[in-house]
Amino acid sequence: MSAQSQKNLQQYVLRLADNALIIGQRLSEWCGHAPALEEDIATANTALDLIGQARNWFAYASELDTDGRSEDQLALLRDERDYLNVLLVEQPNGDYGNTLMRQFIFDIWHFYLLEGLTRSADATISAIAEKSIKEVNYHVSRSSDLIIRLGNGTEESHGKLQEALNNLWRYSGELTLSDALDDEMLALGIGADLSGVERKFQAAITRGFHEASLVAPKIGYMQRGGKTGVHSESMGRLLAEMQVMQRSHPNLTW
Amino acid sequence: MYAQMVKATGKGVKTREQMDENERHFQDRIDNDIKIEAKDWMPEGYRKTLKRQISQHAHSEIVGQLPEGNWITRAPTLERKTILLAKVQDEAGHGLYLYCAAETLGISRDEMTEQLLSGKAKYSSIFNYPTLTWADMGAIGWLVDGAAIMNQVPLQYCSYGPYARAMVRICKEESFHQRQGFDIMNVLAKGSEAQKAMAQDALNRWWWPALMMFGPSDADSVHSAQSFAWNIKQNSNDELRQKFVDQTVPQAEFLGLNVPDSDLKWNDKKNGYDFGAINWDEFFAVIAGDGPCNKERLGARQKAWNDGAWFREALIVNAEKRAACKQAAE
Ligand SMILES: [Fe+2]
Ligand SMILES: [Fe+2]
Repeated sequence: MSAQSQKNLQQYVLRLADNALIIGQRLSEWCGHAPALEEDIATANTALDLIGQARNWFAYASELDTDGRSEDQLALLRDERDYLNVLLVEQPNGDYGNTLMRQFIFDIWHFYLLEGLTRSADATISAIAEKSIKEVNYHVSRSSDLIIRLGNGTEESHGKLQEALNNLWRYSGELTLSDALDDEMLALGIGADLSGVERKFQAAITRGFHEASLVAPKIGYMQRGGKTGVHSESMGRLLAEMQVMQRSHPNLTW
Repeated sequence: MYAQMVKATGKGVKTREQMDENERHFQDRIDNDIKIEAKDWMPEGYRKTLKRQISQHAHSEIVGQLPEGNWITRAPTLERKTILLAKVQDEAGHGLYLYCAAETLGISRDEMTEQLLSGKAKYSSIFNYPTLTWADMGAIGWLVDGAAIMNQVPLQYCSYGPYARAMVRICKEESFHQRQGFDIMNVLAKGSEAQKAMAQDALNRWWWPALMMFGPSDADSVHSAQSFAWNIKQNSNDELRQKFVDQTVPQAEFLGLNVPDSDLKWNDKKNGYDFGAINWDEFFAVIAGDGPCNKERLGARQKAWNDGAWFREALIVNAEKRAACKQAAE
Protein backbone atom coordinates (compact mmCIF):
# COMPACT_ATOMS: atom_id res chain seq x y z
CA MET A 1 0.00 0.00 0.00
CA SER A 2 1.36 3.45 -0.88
CA ALA A 3 1.81 5.90 1.98
CA GLN A 4 -0.99 8.04 0.59
CA SER A 5 -3.49 5.23 0.25
CA GLN A 6 -2.64 4.02 3.75
CA LYS A 7 -3.30 7.53 5.04
CA ASN A 8 -6.60 7.69 3.19
CA LEU A 9 -7.67 4.33 4.53
CA GLN A 10 -6.82 5.50 8.02
CA GLN A 11 -8.88 8.66 7.52
CA TYR A 12 -11.80 6.52 6.48
CA VAL A 13 -11.43 4.29 9.55
CA LEU A 14 -11.08 7.32 11.81
CA ARG A 15 -14.43 8.62 10.61
CA LEU A 16 -16.00 5.37 11.78
CA ALA A 17 -14.07 5.45 15.04
CA ASP A 18 -14.94 9.05 15.80
CA ASN A 19 -18.65 8.60 15.10
CA ALA A 20 -18.89 5.75 17.58
CA LEU A 21 -16.70 7.43 20.19
CA ILE A 22 -18.33 10.84 20.15
CA ILE A 23 -21.91 9.61 20.32
CA GLY A 24 -20.84 7.16 23.04
CA GLN A 25 -19.29 10.04 24.96
CA ARG A 26 -22.49 12.06 24.66
CA LEU A 27 -24.61 9.13 25.82
CA SER A 28 -22.38 8.51 28.80
CA GLU A 29 -23.16 12.03 30.03
CA TRP A 30 -26.60 10.66 30.95
CA CYS A 31 -25.21 8.18 33.41
CA GLY A 32 -27.15 8.60 36.67
CA HIS A 33 -29.44 11.29 35.25
CA ALA A 34 -31.87 9.44 32.96
CA PRO A 35 -35.67 9.61 33.46
CA ALA A 36 -35.93 6.05 34.80
CA LEU A 37 -33.57 3.45 36.18
CA GLU A 38 -34.16 1.21 33.16
CA GLU A 39 -33.15 4.09 30.90
CA ASP A 40 -29.96 4.67 32.87
CA ILE A 41 -29.06 1.06 32.32
CA ALA A 42 -30.07 0.93 28.67
CA THR A 43 -28.32 4.18 27.76
CA ALA A 44 -25.15 3.04 29.47
CA ASN A 45 -25.45 -0.21 27.52
CA THR A 46 -25.64 1.56 24.18
CA ALA A 47 -22.76 3.84 25.17
CA LEU A 48 -20.71 0.79 26.12
CA ASP A 49 -21.42 -0.91 22.81
CA LEU A 50 -20.47 2.16 20.83
CA ILE A 51 -17.30 2.95 22.76
CA GLY A 52 -16.38 -0.73 22.42
CA GLN A 53 -16.86 -0.47 18.65
CA ALA A 54 -14.84 2.74 18.62
CA ARG A 55 -11.99 0.91 20.32
CA ASN A 56 -11.94 -1.69 17.56
CA TRP A 57 -11.84 1.01 14.90
CA PHE A 58 -9.13 2.92 16.77
CA ALA A 59 -7.04 -0.22 17.14
CA TYR A 60 -7.11 -0.57 13.35
CA ALA A 61 -6.44 3.14 12.84
CA SER A 62 -3.46 2.76 15.17
CA GLU A 63 -2.11 -0.11 13.05
CA LEU A 64 -2.36 2.14 10.03
CA ASP A 65 -0.74 5.10 11.76
CA THR A 66 2.60 6.09 10.29
CA ASP A 67 3.50 7.98 13.47
CA GLY A 68 2.85 4.91 15.60
CA ARG A 69 0.15 6.55 17.72
CA SER A 70 -1.78 4.28 20.08
CA GLU A 71 -5.53 3.80 20.32
CA ASP A 72 -5.72 6.31 23.16
CA GLN A 73 -3.44 8.84 21.54
CA LEU A 74 -5.67 8.81 18.49
CA ALA A 75 -8.88 8.86 20.49
CA LEU A 76 -7.90 11.39 23.11
CA LEU A 77 -5.11 13.60 21.82
CA ARG A 78 -5.94 14.86 18.35
CA ASP A 79 -6.90 18.47 17.78
CA GLU A 80 -10.49 19.25 17.03
CA ARG A 81 -9.91 19.76 13.31
CA ASP A 82 -8.59 16.20 13.08
CA TYR A 83 -11.76 14.58 14.43
CA LEU A 84 -13.80 13.30 11.51
CA ASN A 85 -17.20 12.39 12.96
CA VAL A 86 -20.41 13.66 11.42
CA LEU A 87 -21.97 16.72 13.06
CA LEU A 88 -25.02 14.79 14.25
CA VAL A 89 -23.17 12.75 16.87
CA GLU A 90 -21.57 15.70 18.63
CA GLN A 91 -24.83 17.62 19.09
CA PRO A 92 -25.49 18.27 22.79
CA ASN A 93 -27.89 15.91 24.52
CA GLY A 94 -30.64 18.42 25.20
CA ASP A 95 -33.58 16.73 26.89
CA TYR A 96 -34.05 12.97 26.81
CA GLY A 97 -36.32 13.24 23.78
CA ASN A 98 -33.65 15.08 21.86
CA THR A 99 -31.10 12.44 22.81
CA LEU A 100 -33.42 9.67 21.65
CA MET A 101 -34.12 11.42 18.36
CA ARG A 102 -30.41 11.88 17.72
CA GLN A 103 -29.94 8.20 18.51
CA PHE A 104 -32.78 7.07 16.27
CA ILE A 105 -31.44 8.95 13.25
CA PHE A 106 -27.93 7.74 13.97
CA ASP A 107 -28.86 4.10 14.62
CA ILE A 108 -30.76 3.65 11.36
CA TRP A 109 -27.98 5.19 9.32
CA HIS A 110 -25.32 3.34 11.30
CA PHE A 111 -27.05 0.03 10.62
CA TYR A 112 -27.13 0.44 6.83
CA LEU A 113 -23.62 1.84 6.77
CA LEU A 114 -22.30 -1.18 8.67
CA GLU A 115 -24.34 -3.49 6.47
CA GLY A 116 -22.46 -2.05 3.50
CA LEU A 117 -19.14 -2.40 5.30
CA THR A 118 -19.67 -6.08 6.06
CA ARG A 119 -18.97 -6.55 2.34
CA SER A 120 -15.75 -4.51 2.49
CA ALA A 121 -12.74 -5.87 0.62
CA ASP A 122 -10.72 -4.92 3.67
CA ALA A 123 -10.90 -7.92 5.98
CA THR A 124 -10.45 -5.93 9.19
CA ILE A 125 -13.21 -3.50 8.28
CA SER A 126 -15.64 -6.22 7.32
CA ALA A 127 -14.88 -8.13 10.53
CA ILE A 128 -15.45 -5.10 12.77
CA ALA A 129 -18.63 -4.23 10.86
CA GLU A 130 -19.88 -7.78 11.19
CA LYS A 131 -19.31 -7.70 14.93
CA SER A 132 -20.81 -4.26 15.42
CA ILE A 133 -23.94 -4.72 13.36
CA LYS A 134 -25.40 -7.23 15.80
CA GLU A 135 -25.30 -4.61 18.55
CA VAL A 136 -26.54 -1.88 16.26
CA ASN A 137 -29.47 -4.01 15.19
CA TYR A 138 -30.54 -3.96 18.81
CA HIS A 139 -29.93 -0.20 19.08
CA VAL A 140 -32.25 0.32 16.11
CA SER A 141 -35.05 -1.69 17.62
CA ARG A 142 -34.71 0.07 20.96
CA SER A 143 -34.63 3.62 19.64
CA SER A 144 -37.38 2.95 17.05
CA ASP A 145 -39.62 1.48 19.71
CA LEU A 146 -39.16 4.46 22.03
CA ILE A 147 -39.61 7.03 19.27
CA ILE A 148 -42.85 5.39 18.17
CA ARG A 149 -44.16 5.12 21.71
CA LEU A 150 -43.26 8.68 22.66
CA GLY A 151 -44.52 10.07 19.35
CA ASN A 152 -47.85 8.45 20.19
CA GLY A 153 -47.77 9.16 23.89
CA THR A 154 -48.95 12.46 25.31
CA GLU A 155 -49.26 15.78 23.52
CA GLU A 156 -46.18 16.88 25.43
CA SER A 157 -44.06 13.90 24.41
CA HIS A 158 -45.16 14.24 20.81
CA GLY A 159 -44.29 17.93 20.91
CA LYS A 160 -40.86 17.28 22.40
CA LEU A 161 -39.99 14.70 19.77
CA GLN A 162 -41.21 16.86 16.91
CA GLU A 163 -39.13 19.73 18.25
CA ALA A 164 -36.10 17.45 18.50
CA LEU A 165 -36.63 16.32 14.93
CA ASN A 166 -36.95 19.92 13.76
CA ASN A 167 -33.70 20.67 15.55
CA LEU A 168 -31.69 17.68 14.36
CA TRP A 169 -32.87 16.88 10.87
CA ARG A 170 -30.53 19.43 9.31
CA TYR A 171 -27.64 17.17 10.34
CA SER A 172 -29.04 14.14 8.50
CA GLY A 173 -27.87 15.15 5.03
CA GLU A 174 -24.20 14.79 5.88
CA LEU A 175 -24.69 11.15 6.86
CA THR A 176 -25.06 9.98 3.29
CA LEU A 177 -23.23 12.72 1.43
CA SER A 178 -20.23 11.23 -0.40
CA ASP A 179 -16.99 13.11 -0.78
CA ALA A 180 -13.76 12.28 -2.59
CA LEU A 181 -12.61 9.92 0.19
CA ASP A 182 -15.90 7.99 0.14
CA ASP A 183 -15.67 7.70 -3.63
CA GLU A 184 -12.11 6.45 -3.48
CA MET A 185 -12.91 3.86 -0.81
CA LEU A 186 -15.96 2.71 -2.75
CA ALA A 187 -13.91 2.34 -5.93
CA LEU A 188 -11.42 0.18 -4.04
CA GLY A 189 -14.25 -2.01 -2.73
CA ILE A 190 -13.38 -0.97 0.82
CA GLY A 191 -16.01 1.63 1.59
CA ALA A 192 -19.80 1.49 1.68
CA ASP A 193 -21.91 2.74 -1.19
CA LEU A 194 -23.50 5.80 0.39
CA SER A 195 -26.14 6.19 -2.30
CA GLY A 196 -27.40 2.72 -1.45
CA VAL A 197 -27.21 3.54 2.25
CA GLU A 198 -29.17 6.70 1.59
CA ARG A 199 -32.02 4.88 -0.15
CA LYS A 200 -32.41 2.40 2.67
CA PHE A 201 -31.94 5.04 5.37
CA GLN A 202 -34.60 7.30 3.87
CA ALA A 203 -37.07 4.47 3.45
CA ALA A 204 -36.62 3.19 7.00
CA ILE A 205 -36.63 6.56 8.68
CA THR A 206 -39.66 7.76 6.75
CA ARG A 207 -41.50 4.67 7.90
CA GLY A 208 -40.35 5.29 11.47
CA PHE A 209 -41.48 8.91 11.48
CA HIS A 210 -44.81 7.93 10.01
CA GLU A 211 -45.37 5.33 12.71
CA ALA A 212 -44.34 7.87 15.35
CA SER A 213 -46.75 10.47 13.90
CA LEU A 214 -43.84 12.82 13.26
CA VAL A 215 -42.95 14.86 10.19
CA ALA A 216 -39.42 15.62 9.09
CA PRO A 217 -39.10 19.35 8.42
CA LYS A 218 -38.18 20.71 5.00
CA ILE A 219 -34.55 21.75 5.20
CA GLY A 220 -33.22 24.33 2.75
CA TYR A 221 -29.59 23.49 3.38
CA MET A 222 -28.23 20.48 5.19
CA GLN A 223 -25.34 21.18 7.57
CA ARG A 224 -22.05 19.52 6.74
CA GLY A 225 -18.40 19.67 7.73
CA GLY A 226 -17.78 17.14 10.47
CA LYS A 227 -16.36 14.54 8.09
CA THR A 228 -13.61 16.96 7.16
CA GLY A 229 -13.07 18.22 10.69
CA VAL A 230 -15.16 21.38 10.64
CA HIS A 231 -17.35 20.95 13.71
CA SER A 232 -20.03 22.72 15.74
CA GLU A 233 -19.06 25.01 18.59
CA SER A 234 -20.05 22.44 21.19
CA MET A 235 -17.39 20.02 19.93
CA GLY A 236 -14.56 21.98 21.53
CA ARG A 237 -16.07 21.64 24.99
CA LEU A 238 -16.81 17.97 24.49
CA LEU A 239 -13.15 17.43 23.61
CA ALA A 240 -11.87 19.62 26.44
CA GLU A 241 -13.69 17.38 28.87
CA MET A 242 -12.86 14.10 27.18
CA GLN A 243 -9.17 14.93 26.72
CA VAL A 244 -8.41 16.61 30.02
CA MET A 245 -6.44 13.76 31.59
CA GLN A 246 -4.33 13.02 28.53
CA ARG A 247 -3.67 16.73 27.99
CA SER A 248 -2.76 17.56 31.56
CA HIS A 249 -0.73 14.39 32.22
CA PRO A 250 0.74 13.33 28.88
CA ASN A 251 2.63 10.08 28.24
CA LEU A 252 1.55 8.19 31.34
CA THR A 253 0.03 4.80 31.94
CA TRP A 254 -3.38 4.69 33.60
CA MET B 1 -22.70 0.83 55.26
CA TYR B 2 -25.10 1.12 52.35
CA ALA B 3 -27.86 0.84 54.93
CA GLN B 4 -26.63 2.86 57.90
CA MET B 5 -28.28 3.06 61.27
CA VAL B 6 -31.42 1.22 60.26
CA LYS B 7 -33.40 1.08 63.46
CA ALA B 8 -35.31 -2.13 63.86
CA THR B 9 -38.76 -1.43 65.16
CA GLY B 10 -39.97 -3.11 68.30
CA LYS B 11 -39.10 -2.81 71.91
CA GLY B 12 -36.32 -5.30 72.23
CA VAL B 13 -36.26 -8.96 71.38
CA LYS B 14 -39.18 -10.99 72.65
CA THR B 15 -38.55 -14.20 74.55
CA ARG B 16 -40.21 -17.36 73.22
CA GLU B 17 -42.74 -17.07 76.01
CA GLN B 18 -43.70 -13.58 74.95
CA MET B 19 -44.23 -14.64 71.34
CA ASP B 20 -47.57 -15.72 69.95
CA GLU B 21 -47.81 -18.84 67.85
CA ASN B 22 -47.14 -17.10 64.53
CA GLU B 23 -44.12 -15.35 65.93
CA ARG B 24 -42.74 -18.55 67.39
CA HIS B 25 -43.16 -20.39 64.12
CA PHE B 26 -41.52 -17.49 62.28
CA GLN B 27 -38.58 -17.38 64.67
CA ASP B 28 -38.14 -21.15 64.40
CA ARG B 29 -37.80 -20.89 60.66
CA ILE B 30 -35.17 -18.20 61.02
CA ASP B 31 -33.30 -20.19 63.64
CA ASN B 32 -33.35 -23.21 61.34
CA ASP B 33 -32.08 -21.16 58.41
CA ILE B 34 -35.25 -21.55 56.38
CA LYS B 35 -35.72 -18.50 54.18
CA ILE B 36 -38.71 -16.25 54.69
CA GLU B 37 -40.47 -15.58 51.40
CA ALA B 38 -42.71 -12.70 50.37
CA LYS B 39 -45.98 -14.55 50.90
CA ASP B 40 -45.03 -15.97 54.29
CA TRP B 41 -46.40 -14.54 57.49
CA MET B 42 -43.97 -12.12 59.13
CA PRO B 43 -44.11 -9.74 62.09
CA GLU B 44 -44.93 -6.17 61.08
CA GLY B 45 -41.67 -5.02 62.64
CA TYR B 46 -39.67 -7.38 60.44
CA ARG B 47 -41.46 -6.15 57.35
CA LYS B 48 -41.01 -2.50 58.28
CA THR B 49 -37.36 -2.84 59.20
CA LEU B 50 -36.54 -4.72 56.02
CA LYS B 51 -38.39 -2.21 53.87
CA ARG B 52 -36.26 0.51 55.42
CA GLN B 53 -33.04 -1.45 55.17
CA ILE B 54 -33.46 -2.67 51.60
CA SER B 55 -34.74 0.62 50.25
CA GLN B 56 -31.91 2.50 51.91
CA HIS B 57 -29.52 0.05 50.35
CA ALA B 58 -31.18 0.56 46.95
CA HIS B 59 -31.03 4.34 47.28
CA SER B 60 -27.32 4.08 48.05
CA GLU B 61 -26.74 2.18 44.82
CA ILE B 62 -28.66 4.81 42.88
CA VAL B 63 -27.09 7.88 44.45
CA GLY B 64 -23.81 5.99 44.31
CA GLN B 65 -23.86 6.31 40.52
CA LEU B 66 -23.26 10.03 40.78
CA PRO B 67 -19.78 10.43 42.31
CA GLU B 68 -18.30 8.00 39.80
CA GLY B 69 -20.52 9.11 36.95
CA ASN B 70 -18.75 12.42 37.46
CA TRP B 71 -15.59 10.96 35.87
CA ILE B 72 -16.88 8.80 33.02
CA THR B 73 -16.59 11.58 30.48
CA ARG B 74 -13.05 12.37 31.69
CA ALA B 75 -11.57 8.89 32.08
CA PRO B 76 -7.91 8.89 30.99
CA THR B 77 -8.14 5.99 28.51
CA LEU B 78 -10.91 4.34 26.52
CA GLU B 79 -10.44 1.12 28.43
CA ARG B 80 -10.83 2.88 31.78
CA LYS B 81 -13.84 4.70 30.41
CA THR B 82 -15.61 1.48 29.50
CA ILE B 83 -14.71 -0.20 32.80
CA LEU B 84 -16.04 2.76 34.77
CA LEU B 85 -19.18 3.05 32.67
CA ALA B 86 -19.86 -0.65 33.13
CA LYS B 87 -19.29 -0.31 36.86
CA VAL B 88 -21.73 2.54 37.26
CA GLN B 89 -24.20 0.61 35.14
CA ASP B 90 -23.80 -2.34 37.52
CA GLU B 91 -24.67 -0.05 40.43
CA ALA B 92 -27.89 0.98 38.68
CA GLY B 93 -28.62 -2.72 38.23
CA HIS B 94 -28.02 -3.30 41.94
CA GLY B 95 -30.50 -0.55 42.69
CA LEU B 96 -33.00 -2.25 40.43
CA TYR B 97 -32.63 -5.70 42.06
CA LEU B 98 -32.95 -4.16 45.49
CA TYR B 99 -36.01 -2.09 44.65
CA CYS B 100 -37.57 -5.29 43.33
CA ALA B 101 -36.68 -7.10 46.55
CA ALA B 102 -38.22 -4.29 48.62
CA GLU B 103 -41.35 -4.30 46.44
CA THR B 104 -42.04 -7.86 47.52
CA LEU B 105 -42.66 -6.41 51.00
CA GLY B 106 -45.48 -4.20 49.75
CA ILE B 107 -43.97 -0.85 48.83
CA SER B 108 -43.72 0.45 45.28
CA ARG B 109 -40.59 1.78 43.63
CA ASP B 110 -42.31 5.12 43.11
CA GLU B 111 -43.08 5.38 46.83
CA MET B 112 -39.47 4.60 47.68
CA THR B 113 -38.28 7.16 45.16
CA GLU B 114 -40.55 9.78 46.68
CA GLN B 115 -39.06 9.00 50.09
CA LEU B 116 -35.55 9.44 48.74
CA LEU B 117 -36.32 12.67 46.92
CA SER B 118 -38.15 14.23 49.85
CA GLY B 119 -35.19 13.48 52.09
CA LYS B 120 -37.26 11.14 54.25
CA ALA B 121 -35.24 8.08 53.30
CA LYS B 122 -31.48 8.05 53.72
CA TYR B 123 -28.64 6.69 51.65
CA SER B 124 -25.05 5.96 52.59
CA SER B 125 -23.09 8.93 53.92
CA ILE B 126 -20.12 8.06 51.70
CA PHE B 127 -21.75 9.29 48.51
CA ASN B 128 -21.92 12.83 49.83
CA TYR B 129 -18.20 13.31 49.35
CA PRO B 130 -16.83 14.84 46.13
CA THR B 131 -14.77 13.01 43.51
CA LEU B 132 -12.00 15.46 42.74
CA THR B 133 -9.40 13.49 40.80
CA TRP B 134 -9.16 10.35 38.72
CA ALA B 135 -7.57 8.60 41.70
CA ASP B 136 -10.90 8.89 43.48
CA MET B 137 -12.23 6.28 41.03
CA GLY B 138 -9.57 3.94 42.36
CA ALA B 139 -10.17 4.82 45.99
CA ILE B 140 -13.93 4.35 45.70
CA GLY B 141 -13.67 0.95 44.07
CA TRP B 142 -11.01 -0.22 46.48
CA LEU B 143 -12.36 1.26 49.73
CA VAL B 144 -16.06 1.92 49.24
CA ASP B 145 -16.93 -1.22 47.31
CA GLY B 146 -14.52 -3.03 49.61
CA ALA B 147 -16.38 -1.81 52.69
CA ALA B 148 -19.74 -2.59 51.10
CA ILE B 149 -18.67 -6.17 50.48
CA MET B 150 -17.88 -6.60 54.16
CA ASN B 151 -21.52 -6.54 55.14
CA GLN B 152 -23.05 -7.69 51.89
CA VAL B 153 -21.33 -11.04 51.90
CA PRO B 154 -23.04 -12.13 55.15
CA LEU B 155 -26.32 -10.65 53.89
CA GLN B 156 -26.32 -13.32 51.18
CA TYR B 157 -27.29 -15.62 54.03
CA CYS B 158 -29.88 -13.34 55.64
CA SER B 159 -33.34 -14.62 56.45
CA TYR B 160 -35.34 -12.83 53.79
CA GLY B 161 -35.18 -14.82 50.52
CA PRO B 162 -35.57 -12.01 47.97
CA TYR B 163 -32.96 -9.87 49.75
CA ALA B 164 -30.52 -12.75 50.13
CA ARG B 165 -30.85 -13.67 46.44
CA ALA B 166 -30.36 -10.06 45.33
CA MET B 167 -27.21 -10.01 47.46
CA VAL B 168 -25.78 -13.07 45.76
CA ARG B 169 -25.92 -11.37 42.36
CA ILE B 170 -24.66 -8.10 43.76
CA CYS B 171 -21.71 -9.53 45.67
CA LYS B 172 -20.21 -11.11 42.57
CA GLU B 173 -20.12 -7.75 40.87
CA GLU B 174 -18.94 -5.85 43.93
CA SER B 175 -15.81 -7.92 44.21
CA PHE B 176 -15.04 -7.13 40.56
CA HIS B 177 -15.49 -3.46 41.36
CA GLN B 178 -13.13 -3.70 44.26
CA ARG B 179 -10.44 -5.37 42.19
CA GLN B 180 -10.84 -2.80 39.42
CA GLY B 181 -10.52 0.02 41.94
CA PHE B 182 -7.44 -1.55 43.45
CA ASP B 183 -5.97 -1.92 39.99
CA ILE B 184 -6.46 1.81 39.32
CA MET B 185 -4.66 2.57 42.59
CA ASN B 186 -1.90 0.11 41.80
CA VAL B 187 -1.16 1.68 38.43
CA LEU B 188 -1.11 5.14 40.00
CA ALA B 189 1.05 4.04 42.89
CA LYS B 190 3.62 2.64 40.44
CA GLY B 191 3.35 5.65 38.15
CA SER B 192 4.83 9.14 38.04
CA GLU B 193 5.34 11.30 41.13
CA ALA B 194 2.19 13.19 40.24
CA GLN B 195 0.22 9.96 39.96
CA LYS B 196 1.53 8.68 43.30
CA ALA B 197 0.60 11.96 44.95
CA MET B 198 -2.86 11.71 43.39
CA ALA B 199 -3.31 8.22 44.81
CA GLN B 200 -2.11 9.25 48.27
CA ASP B 201 -4.38 12.29 48.28
CA ALA B 202 -7.36 10.12 47.36
CA LEU B 203 -6.57 7.68 50.19
CA ASN B 204 -6.23 10.61 52.60
CA ARG B 205 -9.65 11.93 51.66
CA TRP B 206 -11.53 8.61 51.46
CA TRP B 207 -10.07 6.63 54.36
CA TRP B 208 -12.06 8.13 57.21
CA PRO B 209 -15.36 8.44 55.34
CA ALA B 210 -14.93 4.77 54.40
CA LEU B 211 -14.56 3.80 58.06
CA MET B 212 -17.66 5.85 58.86
CA MET B 213 -19.65 3.80 56.36
CA PHE B 214 -20.02 1.07 58.96
CA GLY B 215 -21.89 3.44 61.25
CA PRO B 216 -21.37 4.18 64.94
CA SER B 217 -20.81 1.42 67.45
CA ASP B 218 -24.00 -0.57 67.86
CA ALA B 219 -22.94 -3.51 69.96
CA ASP B 220 -25.28 -2.53 72.78
CA SER B 221 -28.17 -1.31 70.66
CA VAL B 222 -31.64 -2.82 71.13
CA HIS B 223 -32.31 -2.33 67.44
CA SER B 224 -29.29 -4.37 66.46
CA ALA B 225 -30.26 -7.12 68.89
CA GLN B 226 -33.60 -7.41 67.11
CA SER B 227 -31.96 -7.39 63.67
CA PHE B 228 -29.54 -10.09 64.81
CA ALA B 229 -32.43 -12.20 66.09
CA TRP B 230 -34.19 -11.83 62.74
CA ASN B 231 -30.96 -12.59 60.89
CA ILE B 232 -31.04 -9.46 58.79
CA LYS B 233 -27.82 -8.28 60.39
CA GLN B 234 -25.01 -10.66 61.21
CA ASN B 235 -22.14 -8.58 62.54
CA SER B 236 -21.86 -5.49 64.68
CA ASN B 237 -20.66 -2.31 63.02
CA ASP B 238 -17.43 -2.40 64.98
CA GLU B 239 -16.71 -5.99 64.01
CA LEU B 240 -17.09 -5.19 60.33
CA ARG B 241 -15.04 -2.02 60.61
CA GLN B 242 -12.23 -3.94 62.31
CA LYS B 243 -12.34 -6.58 59.62
CA PHE B 244 -12.16 -3.90 56.97
CA VAL B 245 -9.18 -2.19 58.57
CA ASP B 246 -7.36 -5.48 59.02
CA GLN B 247 -7.90 -6.37 55.39
CA THR B 248 -7.16 -2.96 53.92
CA VAL B 249 -4.05 -1.80 55.78
CA PRO B 250 -1.81 -4.51 54.24
CA GLN B 251 -3.22 -3.60 50.82
CA ALA B 252 -2.22 0.04 51.40
CA GLU B 253 1.23 -1.16 52.40
CA PHE B 254 1.45 -3.20 49.22
CA LEU B 255 0.61 -0.06 47.27
CA GLY B 256 3.25 1.91 49.19
CA LEU B 257 0.62 4.37 50.40
CA ASN B 258 0.23 5.71 53.91
CA VAL B 259 -3.02 5.23 55.78
CA PRO B 260 -3.75 8.69 57.20
CA ASP B 261 -3.96 7.62 60.85
CA SER B 262 -1.04 8.22 63.22
CA ASP B 263 -2.64 5.94 65.83
CA LEU B 264 -2.72 2.97 63.52
CA LYS B 265 -0.64 0.08 64.81
CA TRP B 266 -0.73 -3.68 64.92
CA ASN B 267 -2.01 -5.17 68.17
CA ASP B 268 -0.74 -8.69 68.73
CA LYS B 269 -3.15 -9.34 71.55
CA LYS B 270 -6.29 -8.77 69.53
CA ASN B 271 -4.65 -9.96 66.34
CA GLY B 272 -5.79 -6.84 64.56
CA TYR B 273 -5.01 -3.18 64.11
CA ASP B 274 -5.71 -0.47 66.63
CA PHE B 275 -6.81 2.67 64.90
CA GLY B 276 -7.56 6.28 65.78
CA ALA B 277 -10.82 7.89 66.83
CA ILE B 278 -13.41 8.52 64.16
CA ASN B 279 -14.89 11.99 63.87
CA TRP B 280 -18.52 11.10 64.50
CA ASP B 281 -19.54 14.77 64.46
CA GLU B 282 -18.66 14.78 60.80
CA PHE B 283 -20.61 11.59 60.22
CA PHE B 284 -23.77 12.91 61.89
CA ALA B 285 -23.46 16.18 60.01
CA VAL B 286 -23.28 14.32 56.70
CA ILE B 287 -26.22 12.10 57.64
CA ALA B 288 -28.21 15.21 58.61
CA GLY B 289 -27.65 16.71 55.15
CA ASP B 290 -24.60 18.86 55.76
CA GLY B 291 -21.95 16.90 53.89
CA PRO B 292 -20.01 18.51 51.04
CA CYS B 293 -22.28 17.14 48.30
CA ASN B 294 -25.65 16.28 49.87
CA LYS B 295 -27.35 19.11 48.02
CA GLU B 296 -25.78 18.19 44.69
CA ARG B 297 -26.54 14.48 45.00
CA LEU B 298 -30.15 14.87 45.97
CA GLY B 299 -30.51 17.76 43.56
CA ALA B 300 -29.28 15.61 40.69
CA ARG B 301 -31.74 12.84 41.54
CA GLN B 302 -34.61 15.30 41.88
CA LYS B 303 -33.74 16.89 38.56
CA ALA B 304 -33.53 13.52 36.80
CA TRP B 305 -36.91 12.56 38.24
CA ASN B 306 -38.65 15.85 37.49
CA ASP B 307 -37.16 16.28 34.02
CA GLY B 308 -38.10 12.70 33.19
CA ALA B 309 -41.74 12.98 34.30
CA TRP B 310 -43.01 13.64 30.75
CA PHE B 311 -41.13 10.59 29.49
CA ARG B 312 -42.52 8.20 32.08
CA GLU B 313 -46.02 9.60 31.70
CA ALA B 314 -45.91 9.28 27.91
CA LEU B 315 -44.93 5.61 28.09
CA ILE B 316 -47.84 4.91 30.42
CA VAL B 317 -50.30 6.79 28.21
CA ASN B 318 -49.00 5.00 25.15
CA ALA B 319 -49.35 1.61 26.80
CA GLU B 320 -52.96 2.46 27.67
CA LYS B 321 -53.68 3.55 24.11
CA ARG B 322 -52.21 0.31 22.79
CA ALA B 323 -54.26 -1.75 25.20
CA ALA B 324 -57.40 0.15 24.14
CA CYS B 325 -56.62 -0.42 20.44
CA LYS B 326 -56.08 -4.08 21.06
CA GLN B 327 -59.36 -4.33 22.87
CA ALA B 328 -61.21 -2.48 20.10
CA ALA B 329 -59.73 -4.86 17.54
CA GLU B 330 -60.93 -7.93 19.38
FE1 LIG C 1 -23.36 -1.88 44.16
FE1 LIG D 1 -20.05 -1.61 43.37
